[in-house]
Amino acid sequence: MTEYYQNDAAVRGRIFDIQRYSVHDGPGIRTIVFLKGCMFRCLWCCNPEGQLYEPVTLASMHGKPERLAGTDVSAGEVMETVLKDSVYYGRSGGGLTLSGGEALLQPDFALALFRLAHAHGMTTAIETTGYAEHDVLDKVLPHIDYVLMDIKHMDAEKHKRFIGKDNQKVLSNAPYIAARAKSYTVRVPVIPTFNDTDAEIAAIARFAASMRETRAIHLLPYHRLGSDKYTALGRDYGMGSLPLIPDEKMRRLLAVAQEASGIHCQIGG
Amino acid sequence: MEHMPTRFTTERSARIGALISDLYDHLPEIEADRAELVAESYKATESLPIIRRRSAVFAHILKNLPVTIRRGELIVGSNAKTPRGCPTFPEYSWEWLEPEFDTIATREADPFYISEETKARLRAVHPYFKGKTTNELATALMDEATYDVFMNHGIFTVGNYFYNGVGHICVDYGKVIAIGYEGIKKEAEALLADVKTGDGDYMRRYHFLTAVIECCDAVRIFAERYAQEADRLAVSESDPLRREELKEIAAACRQVPYRGARSFREACQAFWFVQLLMQTESSGHSISPGRFDQYMYPYYKRDLDAGKITYEEAQELIDCIWVKLNDLNKVRDAASADGFAGYGLFQNLIVGGQDAHGMDATNDLSYMCIEASIHVRLPQPSLSIRVWNGSPQELLMKAAYLTRLGDGVPAYYNDEVIIPSIMARGLTLEEARDYCIIGCVEPQAPHTTDGWHDAAFFNMCRPMELVFSNGMDKGEQIGPRTGELPSFDTFDKFFDAYKKQEAFFIEMMVNADNAVDAAHAARCPLPFESCMVDGCMAKGLAVEEGGAKHNFTGPQGFGIANMTDALLAIRELVYEKKLLTLCEYKEAMEANFGKGYKGKAAEKITVDIAKTMEKVGVTVDEATVAAIYRTVTTGEHIPAEKRARYAEIYDMIAAVQKYGNDIPDADLFAREVAYTYTKEVEKYKNPRGGQFQAGLYPVSANVPLGAQTGATPDGRLAFTPIADGVGPVSGRDVSGPTATANSVAKLDHGIASNGTLFNQKFHPAALAGTEGLLKFVSLIRGFFDQKGMHMQFNVVNRETLLDAQANPDNYRNLVVRVAGYSALFTTLSRSLQDDIIARTEQGF
Repeated sequence: MTEYYQNDAAVRGRIFDIQRYSVHDGPGIRTIVFLKGCMFRCLWCCNPEGQLYEPVTLASMHGKPERLAGTDVSAGEVMETVLKDSVYYGRSGGGLTLSGGEALLQPDFALALFRLAHAHGMTTAIETTGYAEHDVLDKVLPHIDYVLMDIKHMDAEKHKRFIGKDNQKVLSNAPYIAARAKSYTVRVPVIPTFNDTDAEIAAIARFAASMRETRAIHLLPYHRLGSDKYTALGRDYGMGSLPLIPDEKMRRLLAVAQEASGIHCQIGG
Repeated sequence: MEHMPTRFTTERSARIGALISDLYDHLPEIEADRAELVAESYKATESLPIIRRRSAVFAHILKNLPVTIRRGELIVGSNAKTPRGCPTFPEYSWEWLEPEFDTIATREADPFYISEETKARLRAVHPYFKGKTTNELATALMDEATYDVFMNHGIFTVGNYFYNGVGHICVDYGKVIAIGYEGIKKEAEALLADVKTGDGDYMRRYHFLTAVIECCDAVRIFAERYAQEADRLAVSESDPLRREELKEIAAACRQVPYRGARSFREACQAFWFVQLLMQTESSGHSISPGRFDQYMYPYYKRDLDAGKITYEEAQELIDCIWVKLNDLNKVRDAASADGFAGYGLFQNLIVGGQDAHGMDATNDLSYMCIEASIHVRLPQPSLSIRVWNGSPQELLMKAAYLTRLGDGVPAYYNDEVIIPSIMARGLTLEEARDYCIIGCVEPQAPHTTDGWHDAAFFNMCRPMELVFSNGMDKGEQIGPRTGELPSFDTFDKFFDAYKKQEAFFIEMMVNADNAVDAAHAARCPLPFESCMVDGCMAKGLAVEEGGAKHNFTGPQGFGIANMTDALLAIRELVYEKKLLTLCEYKEAMEANFGKGYKGKAAEKITVDIAKTMEKVGVTVDEATVAAIYRTVTTGEHIPAEKRARYAEIYDMIAAVQKYGNDIPDADLFAREVAYTYTKEVEKYKNPRGGQFQAGLYPVSANVPLGAQTGATPDGRLAFTPIADGVGPVSGRDVSGPTATANSVAKLDHGIASNGTLFNQKFHPAALAGTEGLLKFVSLIRGFFDQKGMHMQFNVVNRETLLDAQANPDNYRNLVVRVAGYSALFTTLSRSLQDDIIARTEQGF
């Protein structure tokens, strides 16, 4: 056991942020570790600095100093920070969440972190695109208590246009993951001009509900809080200046999703 | 946002809305009746012992103060004719009031209307009090050097009790409600029967007990006057429902508080008379109802079980009390009003927690008290929640719901720290388990203790300035000569010098407190208050004379975060990295790091310079003043290379690790810094035979006392606020709420048995939905698991965020979180900040 634990602590990976007191991404009070690198290029992505595996520099903005996104660390080092909030995980049923980027692109590192988290008695969660090979999923899923998986669109062409890749692998992996996850939730970032019509949301909701293991659907309203980062990275923000989705519309889409799926739906995570 | 689905959720009655709008219809007004009555009585009783003069005053007021029943009230009794009006208390102090007559209605903090007639009436009675106040006696009793430092050097202030009554007590409400003043009078009579004329303590006990009896009789007359007023109003009342209510009011006032309450309704009226009359006898604030849910419960339960009252009726009565608690008011001098801004009387009312035997004490009324605060949304009472491992989650969820409304209540207290903490001060386990909170955050065992909480505010930043000046301030040697700066060749020597300066001024503060304490015993002992505090009747001593079973003095230190950051910066920059010398540090601070001055400080400095120029014969016109002001605000008169160096120093300081980010080294050092105050204070004794015990919180004194404090080595600019309570310097904790809470929990809260204060700011999205409330409760429980003592929250609203846009420096630590994304508000661009502001009302 000790050896197992020490081996895990030594596994190295690349992260770009750790966020404590996260209360919208899985049960309880959680710490999110953001793993670097993603194969998707969602135009609205609020963490664009996490897309490339290579470290990138964000220029100084609004009083925030210049910073480098992308640090190589050991799982043990990450856990030092994660463990600082142990007492709150115990009280709330919270724990470690891996996000990204796409955490499954660093499977050994993710696995090590999940095993360490369980060894310390906290719950584990992942926010994922589900874009991974079965052998990776087979290895990691037994160590994840809560899978929060994005399903962004049912139409392959539109998926490719806004995200950079089609949805074939996501859709084929979804039932595979749902069947093996201890808890499986579908998340839908609701993005204007992309998937914010009744029909598009209903299609996703029907698909989500077609997997009987799906526990809930979370509709995440579009926000542009990451847009400053594009400027800091010297990139254009792909969504231009789209307006936020009005409250009433979100509520209507919630009713649509509810109607189409028949399972628990909510706005926000 | 969803409403809490609990069985204690009710609609607010129409009556409550009407009472509130009547209450806030006008600017509160100062009234002269009480002051005149005090003068009349004092003139007639000059030959009597002081305790008898005080009971005579009390009786004279109660027989003559106008009785007022406001429209729609179910619970009656006011000490002013006008809503939120207030009497004055010339026996404590009055000299500050006359010079403020003409500015008091327009001042920024807590304005009061005062009519020309009232001014004339007060001017007529004031001369009698010349030389007779507690304020003047305290001045005479105080060491001269101490007086000078207190009045002129902004290191500590004992101003609160220097000018006003003490208050800060929780008396035995339960006993009055149960047996009435008739019962207390009988106890006094029985004790009096044992007093022998030949006893050495005959004089003391005889006169004290006689004074108590006089007070009890006076209360009966006062309540009867209210009964008659209700009768009178009933006669002319056209609405039959209201007529019935007035008849019930009359009946209640004929029963309580002189006799014991027979119903929940009477218990409510009895409670209110105690609260009102405490505030009529003296001008002390923080007269705290304490464990209202405990002593009121038997009456509620009996009526509920007997079918005599419904939830809704009981709730409306509680709501009426909540409104009345806002009817009481007090006028303070302009400087104190700045320190206690918000017309606060700090009437702390606490629910939940354990009973004397260690069982959970939560009951229906605990929930209904929270519901009352949800209904009235007013500043009073200061609602508190006791939390322990056995607290029902449902209670904390309802409390969290109230927190989410954004009124800054309730405050949360940790039984698991406070009970052992006050036991270590000599209370029994049963007493400690029954604690309540007084005023802001001060733990006390109800009706056994004279805690003299809030005894002083001690500005921990000023001794640091005196280390740099070798004890000099404003050209005077006021502190010890701890050495020239180059003589501190190690960090330990520097830190020792700080401790020496601090200890020197702590002793002065003790002297000042004790002088004020003795003055209250000599001139304003309070027989009415004392008959409701254990120990007084048996000893024949008023609370002010040391009659209570337990006695303490609790002065508060503040500025721990600034001093921790300052000492960490000095250690690293001067001693470890040797990037600058102490002399250079001093020069940079004297130049305010080359940053210029802001706001009122800039205006004051400009005026001072202009006046000096005029004195030496320079003509000062508008253009000159504008030029001076520009120089003062920008610091542009400082040579460029110096400014560059100061800016460099400022940035070096900013880069040093800061308290509040869950960095063990910094946090454990904060613990040491807090000890420099708490361990020094507890060495001292007060004139009532009790011990000093430290608190760590500033109320709002960190702002006015900060305005008298120059730049500090932590990079705090001159004359800006000092850190609030035990929390980090605003904006320097940038690692989220759990990190900050972990840092604060590393202080030794137990030794600060006079209370600690930890504020956090939240965006409402963090508390959205039932799940958000649950997580929020977990945060509180997690902080308390680590031995935190107190926690209180500002949930920001739209206005706060707009203010944060305008004044980002004050909000550097404000984290906003929306699904999957979290950011420091002030680091977002304007348009994104606008997005967040738009989201504030949505709750997701």
